[in-house]
Amino acid sequence: MERAPLIEVSNLSFRYPDGQQALVDVNLIVREGERVALVGPNGAGKSTLILHLNGILGSQDGHVRVAGLPVAGEHVKRVRALVGLVFQEPDDQLFSPTVFEDVAYGPLYMGLPEDEVRRRVERALAAVGMEGYGDRVPHRLSAGEKKRIALATVLAMEPSVLVLDEPTAGLDPRGRRMLIRLLDSMSQTMIVSTHDLLMVRDLFPRMVILDRGRVVADGPSADLLRDRALLEAHGLELP
Amino acid sequence: MADVLDPYRPRASLVHRADPRVKVAVAVMSILVTAALPLGAWPSYVLLLAAVVALAVAAQLGVGFTLRRGLIALPFALAALPLAFSTPGAPVLSLRIGPLALDATLAGVERFLSVLVKSYVSLQFAVLLTATTRFSDMLAAMRALRVPRLLVVIFGLMWRYLFLFAHEANTLRIARDARSADMGAKSGGSVAWRARVTGGMVGNLFIRGYERSERVYQAMLARGYDGDIRTFALRPLAPSEYAVLAGGMAILALLAVIGILFG
Repeated sequence: MERAPLIEVSNLSFRYPDGQQALVDVNLIVREGERVALVGPNGAGKSTLILHLNGILGSQDGHVRVAGLPVAGEHVKRVRALVGLVFQEPDDQLFSPTVFEDVAYGPLYMGLPEDEVRRRVERALAAVGMEGYGDRVPHRLSAGEKKRIALATVLAMEPSVLVLDEPTAGLDPRGRRMLIRLLDSMSQTMIVSTHDLLMVRDLFPRMVILDRGRVVADGPSADLLRDRALLEAHGLELP
Repeated sequence: MADVLDPYRPRASLVHRADPRVKVAVAVMSILVTAALPLGAWPSYVLLLAAVVALAVAAQLGVGFTLRRGLIALPFALAALPLAFSTPGAPVLSLRIGPLALDATLAGVERFLSVLVKSYVSLQFAVLLTATTRFSDMLAAMRALRVPRLLVVIFGLMWRYLFLFAHEANTLRIARDARSADMGAKSGGSVAWRARVTGGMVGNLFIRGYERSERVYQAMLARGYDGDIRTFALRPLAPSEYAVLAGGMAILALLAVIGILFG
């Protein structure tokens, strides 16, 4: 039996105020427990699509539903608790004076009681292997540490879906390996945008190729990654 | 870079461990008292200076730490220099610059020195506070002292991104220097040209900051920010902390009275 769709994007188009057409008629269904990689050249619309998944960008044309809820109006707050969004640049994601305050931010805004917030912060920091970092200030962390804490800020909200924008970008090989192992240990439904096709091969059974705002391929990563002509046509390359 | 900008000096001292709300309240009151002391209240100035240095020593920062850092204020205090010449009284020093005759009076010199010492001492309280209190704790203290919450959030964001901004500025400077080969005596072009380059760098920083602010706002939204500012409730002050607060305020009141009597 097929599992219920958790994320449904139907006929989504989006144009930025400066006239740039970022998404054209995008359709995507992600079911519970799936791991999906969004790949494509820079400017393909990956980040724009991601920002639609929890209502940061409002849809102009088409619909986005998360767990059956339309991502609009009164449902947006609920959707933001369901979809944990990790931004590419951890310095954008970590905006609080201390690590603790940053990880507590999401749970606080979910209206949870303080001791529950504290419990969640502890659990989230433990889940990314950063116990005891609560008192640290973000500007004294390494890039890899920042990435892991950025993930913790979202895990503390206990979302059903993790959405990550370029999780391995800017990490050294060791940091990358640690992060991939960490992602692999997560049980949530996961959507990442990435250029890291080796990570896609190892971690994401399904792959969606975006180019110029359109979905040009959607299928098992193993098959798509073998199709050299397809990859090349969309500026991709498996090292 | 972070070390230059971050004034916090971690030590295991009583001053560091004191509740930040007490420290912020006492430091702000010290600065107000110092500023409000009458001119020429030398005994109070000396006692205040002794208090700062004693606290700095107790905080394991050493005798010279606040004294040295307080010197930053001196160039600004020079703005008070005209007081030495504009106050009526017995002249002690005459300056003749062409047709201009300037007479420094005893009363004037005393006024000028008072302003100088007061700004020097005030700044040392601020130096001591920031060296012994984490910035995040100071923000919490400001909230407790009813500083408007939005303002506290803005301070927090400013603090958080100051380091990043400094880092970006430094990266730009390195990028410029890397392309500024020294070709002998006269390099780097005219002043106007240099100004244009610098202007471009400042503009670049502004755009980066502007774009980042948008992304940070998106990150806040993604985690549920709804325009309301939510933080943890602070624990109430313990009786012993109230005692420290009251003690600090009492000492300041005493110094103020001494200042008024002797000023």
